Amino acid sequence: MSARLLNVDDLSVTFGMKDRNVEAVRGVSFEISRGETLAIVGESGSGKSVTALSILQLLPYPRASHPSGSITVEGQQVIGASHTVMKDIRGDRISMVFQEPMTSLNPLHSIERQINETLILHRALGKKAARARTLELLELVGLQDAENRLDAYPHELSGGQRQRVMIAMALANEPDLLIADEPTTAVDVTIQAQLLKLLKDLQARLGMAILLITHDLGIVRHMAERVCVMQAGEIVEEGLVSDVFGKPQHAYTQALLAAEPGGRPPPRMGDAPEIMRTEGLKVWFPIKRGILKRTVDYVRAVDGIDLSVKAGHTVGVVGESGSGKTTLGMALLRLIRSDGPIQFGDKAIQGLSFSDMRPLRREMQVVFQDPFASLSPRLSVGQIVEEGLLVHKLGGDYDERRALISAALAEVGLDPETQDRYPHEFSGGQRQRISIARAMVLKPKFVVLDEPTSALDMSVQAQIVDLLRDLQRANDLAYLFISHDLRVVRALSDDVIVMRDGKVVETGSTDTIFDNPKDPYTRALMAAAFDLQADETGVVRT
Amino acid sequence: MSSRFLGLRITPLTERRLDNFRANKRGYWSFWIFLVLFVFSLFAEFIANDKPIIMSYDGEIHFPVFVTYPETKFGGDFETEAEYRDPYIQELIEEKGWIVWPPIRYSYGTINLDLPVPAPAPPSAENLLGTDDQGRDVVARLIYGFRISILFGLILTIISSIFGVAAGAVQGYFGGWLDLLFQRFIEIWSGLPVLFLLIIMASVIVPGFFPLLAIMLLFSWMSLVGVVRAEFLRARNFEYVRAARALGVSNAVIMFKHLLPNAMVATLTFMPFILNGSITTLTSLDFLGFGLPPGSPSLGELLAQGKANLQAPWLGISGFLVIATMLTLLVFVGEAVRDAFDPRKAMS
Repeated sequence: MSARLLNVDDLSVTFGMKDRNVEAVRGVSFEISRGETLAIVGESGSGKSVTALSILQLLPYPRASHPSGSITVEGQQVIGASHTVMKDIRGDRISMVFQEPMTSLNPLHSIERQINETLILHRALGKKAARARTLELLELVGLQDAENRLDAYPHELSGGQRQRVMIAMALANEPDLLIADEPTTAVDVTIQAQLLKLLKDLQARLGMAILLITHDLGIVRHMAERVCVMQAGEIVEEGLVSDVFGKPQHAYTQALLAAEPGGRPPPRMGDAPEIMRTEGLKVWFPIKRGILKRTVDYVRAVDGIDLSVKAGHTVGVVGESGSGKTTLGMALLRLIRSDGPIQFGDKAIQGLSFSDMRPLRREMQVVFQDPFASLSPRLSVGQIVEEGLLVHKLGGDYDERRALISAALAEVGLDPETQDRYPHEFSGGQRQRISIARAMVLKPKFVVLDEPTSALDMSVQAQIVDLLRDLQRANDLAYLFISHDLRVVRALSDDVIVMRDGKVVETGSTDTIFDNPKDPYTRALMAAAFDLQADETGVVRT
Repeated sequence: MSSRFLGLRITPLTERRLDNFRANKRGYWSFWIFLVLFVFSLFAEFIANDKPIIMSYDGEIHFPVFVTYPETKFGGDFETEAEYRDPYIQELIEEKGWIVWPPIRYSYGTINLDLPVPAPAPPSAENLLGTDDQGRDVVARLIYGFRISILFGLILTIISSIFGVAAGAVQGYFGGWLDLLFQRFIEIWSGLPVLFLLIIMASVIVPGFFPLLAIMLLFSWMSLVGVVRAEFLRARNFEYVRAARALGVSNAVIMFKHLLPNAMVATLTFMPFILNGSITTLTSLDFLGFGLPPGSPSLGELLAQGKANLQAPWLGISGFLVIATMLTLLVFVGEAVRDAFDPRKAMS
């Protein structure tokens, strides 16, 4: 047993006081040996992160407690250990990389200072030695131009670079175990591929063990040797990745593996009428400088995009964050100012006033990304769906409106009885269905779907994709589907536009783009998304 | 699943807020004590008055509190309103009926003409807290003064909150130049010396309850603009606001339905403190003699009398105690309201 680096035995975690107890983790056991990679997969709320945080005793004690179980690091009991013992373990023998690179670095300290901190604390290095070591670490994690970046502040770095700095910080003391809690969830696919490659290289070079926490089965397949599948606080299946993925035993694992969004849009007739069309659409935000705020330059968020969406068809817009996808969608709906003709049906809508736009709004709708932010917490589900009906004076009296709301909720697969409840009583997937119902109750012709699945769990994503496809077939809807998730785009779109820096990189039918990408950038995007391969040619930023 | 409060359906969030309010024992009890005192003072005419509440004369029932009866009706000599405190009139009435008096037989303006010592008279069985320097009963003046202070404060708070919320909402929601210019205007406006202006204006306009209210409103509406503006500025980019805009909802409806509830938390938390501020301003004006017209029952005027008559400490002390109690109760209520809306307590 002494070869084991980490031993977690029958671990339970309970949150809350007195009568309102939540059992987040129940009887979880696993172990990690030196140099191996163990992945914990599961959907949000399954207790993965809580398990990881309890290894470092970072939970909000005493609100959290461990009714049972033990965690030992090379024989040393961690649960209930004193501060001095924990200080020795945290950041020195076990370190952690968090999900959100935006918030896990202190915005007021330079990179150098943040990495030095752990070095000075655990290694008692002098200032000069610490600086040299920091530089060495930053070069190790592949931060370009590391020497000049030492004095940079987090906001001067991109998301991928920040995550590299986080990894450098975690590696500062050559830990035996690195806990990576969804390390790539918040970054683009191309960056994700680079970071995963980096972690693999570092593991080979430094011989550390990795505990990888993720919801993405692709990453598990690519990175880990063994995997634990968690559901509702318990490990339901454990074993070698090839065994678990090849012959899943537990029903939940099977469901999880089957849940990846799949399918293809049905074949179409080519002569559907055009619903939305634009040529050379531009959204430029001025950059103002000086006392007189003269415009010196523009941020070209959308820079000359041609686009055409036909009734009953879907156009997918893919690209990394900051490529202008969402801005394009908002500009088409005339929710932000833009230049260039926009044709909706047989009407030119560019430049129409707010009140002239209002009757058209019924036919063009939008579903947003974050199902928690896009529903007003103070209105009931019925009121949320009703709002559009009231604006457009549809559905006559109260009873008639209620019937319409019930029908819309039933259409998106929710119980119509739920219309008097409030959004916080629903899960993420259900809330996204409510958002869709809000758009669908108006019977629109054109819907902008702005990353409608990216905040959801994999299995829920597949359900939402199916729902969207069914709604499209039933109502002859045209979709503009904005996403960075290429699998979902492939499952829904007839045509695809690949965007980068506000410009179109490549456009064509879904099959041509996915099977035979011409542009090197599209190729890199595909490799990163489907095979988790980092691009070596240099078309992709770090 | 949903509970009820005062017969209204409330959301679980509101329920938790009410629980938080009750959990602040000091504030909760202050709220009830204040409410009792306020309701009590609203019926001041039935508690302290120089007219009987109800009386019978010649087999007829009369309500002198509400109706003005000439003295001749009761067999007196003059056509003017009956002077019920006059022993001669009382005798006339009691010959043919009976009288029910309020517990305190003085209104705020009633002068005790039978004082055994020169005014201000010390507390006695007749005048429980003594009289002021014009021989008026201090208890009666305190009850009426309390009422007028609270009413003035409440009206001022509600009207200035409405203006403040509207101004803050418009600035925060539309932003840009409108916001910029409005903010600069508020900076200049709030730089004006309010007390000086009030004193100057008081010499031009005859200061009464409503002119004073209007003048103070000119300066008090700004207190809420900042918080409401910040709340609207933050919330106007929320996704559900963008979703509403995509539905074609007009700006006014978005502001009312989606954004105002967000701002209400800050507004309601501030309100008890604004109320306190309004009452204090009125009291200080009265103290300086630029407030309500002479003769009005006012706490500030009582304090001024206490200052002028140091040999009569019952004036200053009773005035101080009433003002201190009132303001303390309101601050405690304000703290409880703040707790109730504290997101860290209400959401967890």
